[in-house]
Amino acid sequence: MLAIYKRELRSYFKGAIGFVFLTVYLVIAAIVFAYSNLFAMSSHMTSFFTFMLLFSGIALPLLTMKSFSEERKTKTEQLLLTAPVSLPAMVFGKFLAAYTVFGGAAIFTSLYFLLLIPYTQLQVGLLIGNMLALLLVGMVFISIGLFISSVTENQLSAAIGTIAVILGFLGIGLINNLLSSSFFLRYVFDAISIFSRFQSFTNGYFELSSLIYYLSVSGIFLWLTIRVYDRRRYN
Amino acid sequence: MIKVENLVKRFGNTYALNDVSFEIGDGEIVGLLGPNGAGKSTAMNILTGYLSSTSGSVSIDDIDMVEDPIKAKKLIGFLPEQPPLYPEMTVDEFLNFVYELKGCTLEKEAHLEEIIKVTKLGEVRSRLIANLSKGNKQRVGIAQALIGDPKVLIFDEPTVGLDPKQILAVRNLMRNLAKNHTVILSTHILAEVQACCERVIIINKGKIIADERTDSIVRAIEDGYRYRIKVCGPEKEVASTLSRINGVKSVESTGERDLDSFAFVFDSAKGVDVRKPVFNACASRGWPIIGLEAVGTDLETVFIRLVDAAEGVTEGTQRRRGK
Repeated sequence: MLAIYKRELRSYFKGAIGFVFLTVYLVIAAIVFAYSNLFAMSSHMTSFFTFMLLFSGIALPLLTMKSFSEERKTKTEQLLLTAPVSLPAMVFGKFLAAYTVFGGAAIFTSLYFLLLIPYTQLQVGLLIGNMLALLLVGMVFISIGLFISSVTENQLSAAIGTIAVILGFLGIGLINNLLSSSFFLRYVFDAISIFSRFQSFTNGYFELSSLIYYLSVSGIFLWLTIRVYDRRRYN
Repeated sequence: MIKVENLVKRFGNTYALNDVSFEIGDGEIVGLLGPNGAGKSTAMNILTGYLSSTSGSVSIDDIDMVEDPIKAKKLIGFLPEQPPLYPEMTVDEFLNFVYELKGCTLEKEAHLEEIIKVTKLGEVRSRLIANLSKGNKQRVGIAQALIGDPKVLIFDEPTVGLDPKQILAVRNLMRNLAKNHTVILSTHILAEVQACCERVIIINKGKIIADERTDSIVRAIEDGYRYRIKVCGPEKEVASTLSRINGVKSVESTGERDLDSFAFVFDSAKGVDVRKPVFNACASRGWPIIGLEAVGTDLETVFIRLVDAAEGVTEGTQRRRGK
C-alpha cells in the first residue's frame, strides 16, 4: 500500500494536476477569505467553509479523475493487479494519496483565519470544527471520485460523473430545505444529507453520528471501488 | 511448479478456455502458441491472478491462486503484452517502485543493479520511460518482471513491435533467464517458440490441441517426412530407384538441374527413416548424393495443420505429452 501511496502522490506533482489543484484551491480560498473575512473584518467562518465545501465538490474530481481510469486505459493496472498486493491496499493507497493533497490544502486554507488574531478573538474550537467538517466531507468526495474513476477509462467522464454525484448529494440538502417539516421524506433526506450534517459542524456542534455517517459513506464508496475490481476479474 | 487443472473461462456463452489442463515442471521453458483469440492471453491472465476462472484451478509451487493469491503472486514475474509502465517515471524510479510494490526483501541496491545489468538498462536508467525506444521499454517491462527473483516468469508476446536486432536480444535474454527460472512464453510467432522453448503447448478456441517437446512435435504430428534430394545420376533411373525403396512414397522430379545432378522431392511413410536406404541405393549405383534435406516440416506447417484439423475435425483429438 505504501508503494502505491508514494507513487500516486509523486504522480500528482510529476504532472500538472497536483500543482493546478493546489494553486486554484489556495487562490480561490484566499479570495473568498479576503472578501468574507479580511475586508469585512469578520471572524465568522460559516460562509467561508460552506463555499469551500461547494468548491471542493468541483475541484476534488480533478485529483481523482485519473486515479483508476488512467491505469485502466494504459493497462498499468495489470502491474498492480498481478503484484502481491490486496485490492483494499491498492484502493486505500490511492485514496490516501489524494487525501494527503486535499488535506494539506484544506488545513492550509483553514490557517488563513490565524491572520485575524491581531484584530479579533479567534474561536479556535469553532475553527477546528469547521476544518474537521471540511476534511470529513472531502473524504467522502474523494471516495466518490475514486469509485467513479474505477468504472470508466475516460478521465473527463470520471470528473463529470463525480461532480454530478457530489452535486446530487449536496442537492438532497437543498431539496430538504424546501420540504414541509412534517413530510416523511424530510427525515430520510436529513439522514443522508451531506450538507445538513456539515452545517451542524460549522455551527460548532460535534456530532458523533455525523462523524460515523461521513466515515460510513466514504467506506461504502471505497468498498464499491474494491467490488468493481473484484467483479472485473470475473468478466 | 505450475499446475493447471480443468480450467474453464466463460465470457457469457463463449468459452475462452474450455477444460484446459497442463503441468509445467521446475526450470522448463514452455511456449504457449495459438492464433489470435485462441485463449492464450486469457490463460496467462488467469495464471497471474489478473482474471478469475469460471471453474478449475491454478497452483504455483503448490500454492492455490484463489486460496492464497498474495503468496502465489510473489512467485510470478509477469510481462503483459503491453508493458505496464508509467511514462512519467525514470527507469530507476519505476524499478524502485516495483521493488516496494512487490514487498521484495532482497538487498535493494544489489538486486536492482543485477537486474539492470541483466537487462542492459544501465545507459538509460536515468531517463524518463516516456522517452525510451520500444526495445528499451520492453527491457524495462522484463526488468520489472524479474524484481523479487520470482521462480516463474510469464511473458506475453514479448517481441511484438521490436526490430530484428531487438528481437534477437530479447530472445537471448529469455534463453538466459530460462537457466534459472520456469518460463512461459505466449506468442503467435512460431520462430520464437523454435528459438527459445523446449516444449510447446498449442491452444486453439480455448482447447489444447497439442502439448509436445518442440523438437519432437513435428515428428509426432506429421504423417511422415518430405525430403528434397539432389543426385548426380540419370534422372528417370534415379526416380525409379528411389520409388522402389521401402517406405518411400511419391517421388517427383523438381525439374531443377545443376550440371549433372537432378533434384527430386519424395515423401516417406510415417515412422520409417528412409535416409539410409536412399543413401545405400544411390551409392550402390555410383550416383553421388550432393544434397538431402527435410522440407515442409517446420513448426509453422505443423501449427497450421493442427489448427485446421482442430477446426475442421472433431473435438477431442488432443495430443498430450506422455499419452
